[in-house]
Amino acid sequence: MTMIRVENLKKSFGDLEVLKDINAVIEEQEVVCVIGPSGSGKSTFLRCLNRLESITGGHVYIEGQDITDPKLNINKIRQEVGMVFQQFNLFPHMTVLQNVTLAPLKLKKGDKAAADEKARQLLDKVGLGEKAGAYPGELSGGQKQRVAIARALAMDPKIMLFDEPTSALDPEMVGDVLEVMKQLAKEGMTMVVVTHEMGFAREMGDRVIFMDGGYIVEENVPKELFDHPKEERTQAFLSKIL
Amino acid sequence: MENIINALPYFWEGLQLTLYIFVVAIIFGFAIGLIVALLRLAPSKILNWIAKVYVDAIRGTPFIVQLFFIYFGLNMLEFISLDRIAAGILTVAINAGAYYAEIIRAGIQSIDKGQTEAARSLGLNATQNMRYIILPQAFRRMLPAFTNQAIISLKDTSLLSVIGIAELTQQGQIASSTTFDYFSIWFAVGVIYFIVIYLLSLLADFTERKFVLR
Ligand SMILES: Nc1ncnc2c1ncn2[C@@H]1O[C@H](COP(=O)(O)OP(=O)(O)O)[C@@H](O)[C@H]1O
Ligand SMILES: [Mg+2]
Repeated sequence: MTMIRVENLKKSFGDLEVLKDINAVIEEQEVVCVIGPSGSGKSTFLRCLNRLESITGGHVYIEGQDITDPKLNINKIRQEVGMVFQQFNLFPHMTVLQNVTLAPLKLKKGDKAAADEKARQLLDKVGLGEKAGAYPGELSGGQKQRVAIARALAMDPKIMLFDEPTSALDPEMVGDVLEVMKQLAKEGMTMVVVTHEMGFAREMGDRVIFMDGGYIVEENVPKELFDHPKEERTQAFLSKIL
Repeated sequence: MENIINALPYFWEGLQLTLYIFVVAIIFGFAIGLIVALLRLAPSKILNWIAKVYVDAIRGTPFIVQLFFIYFGLNMLEFISLDRIAAGILTVAINAGAYYAEIIRAGIQSIDKGQTEAARSLGLNATQNMRYIILPQAFRRMLPAFTNQAIISLKDTSLLSVIGIAELTQQGQIASSTTFDYFSIWFAVGVIYFIVIYLLSLLADFTERKFVLR
């Protein structure tokens, strides 16, 4: 089943055209990694998939629903699409547990005991069961990011979007976060991951998309894209970072 | 000293009225401030403009002129009849409201955009984001500025004596002009204001510590 279909997506900030003509299809349970130089439009692309950025042109379908349709209730779609940010964006005035339960409590009308129970399970899953009562300010970067993942999972999303989830972390924290993401991928989560972790892309990606200058320049299975890049720009980028 | 002691019951009367006007006006002022701040940030040019005109008009005119306009000016209109105290409360509230609006707007805008992005990406709508994520964080940051403005408003109530409201300053005027003991009377009135404002700032310190951001 197709989870995400992107057709002729365009995005401009004022006069600056950042996404020029993006076409992509992401199937259920696929893990797609997006790589490319800084400023190539990776984050903007990701943020168009849940309309965190308004879409200038083209169409984005999530499970067949066109999210560029102004009549559509975008909040409903966003409940199905979890997002994890480079800067974590935890809510600092709430405990870890409250961070995780907020959206389910306000949006799913479940009772508090059930929401708490589920949140604790998710926190256990990301290895932070004992931090439920802590505030974000008391956590390390890697712990924060794992809480952010648990927070997104609490809405039972069908798709998870990751925007450079490990780029703001100290190197020794990266592994824990990637481990959680691998676990998710193995459980069959549909994932779109903007990343500089080529190891992760190679190991976990079903497909890798290389973006440059607002276009998708090349996409392929990781082995092909990394070992036999067809486009010159892909070759140039990979030779710089590998 | 005897003059002060004789005046104390009147001071007490005046102080009660001062505090009554202050508390009612600050509650209304805060409500006005919150609404105006949200209008100021609303996705509508007309609403933004209305809010800005209000804030600019209040900030650009002296308190006493606002008071005269509301008490003498508005009362000339057929369908409005405000007694002194109502006019006094209204003036302090409308005045404080403009300053609160600016404090709240700045507070809301000081919260990192990533907070809104995280909240919206979870599926919360704009209102839920404001209520559960932005305002609780913004209010904590705004507490010191709120206290400052409350203290200014409390002092402003002393200007209400000019329209004959029998609040603390007016009581001081009556007591000093009947006893001619200007030195003691005004010194005592000053001490009373000082104590009230000091207690107010203690209360603010306490709430600030209680709500401090972790
Ligand atoms: N909100 C914005 N306003 C204006 N320009 C933006 C905004 N967000 C991103 N851009 C610009 O869009 C381009 C692509 O940005 P981004 O999608 O963040 O790239 P990447 O994630 O690949 O580094 C950059 O030139 C950036 O400056
Ligand atoms: Mg980026």
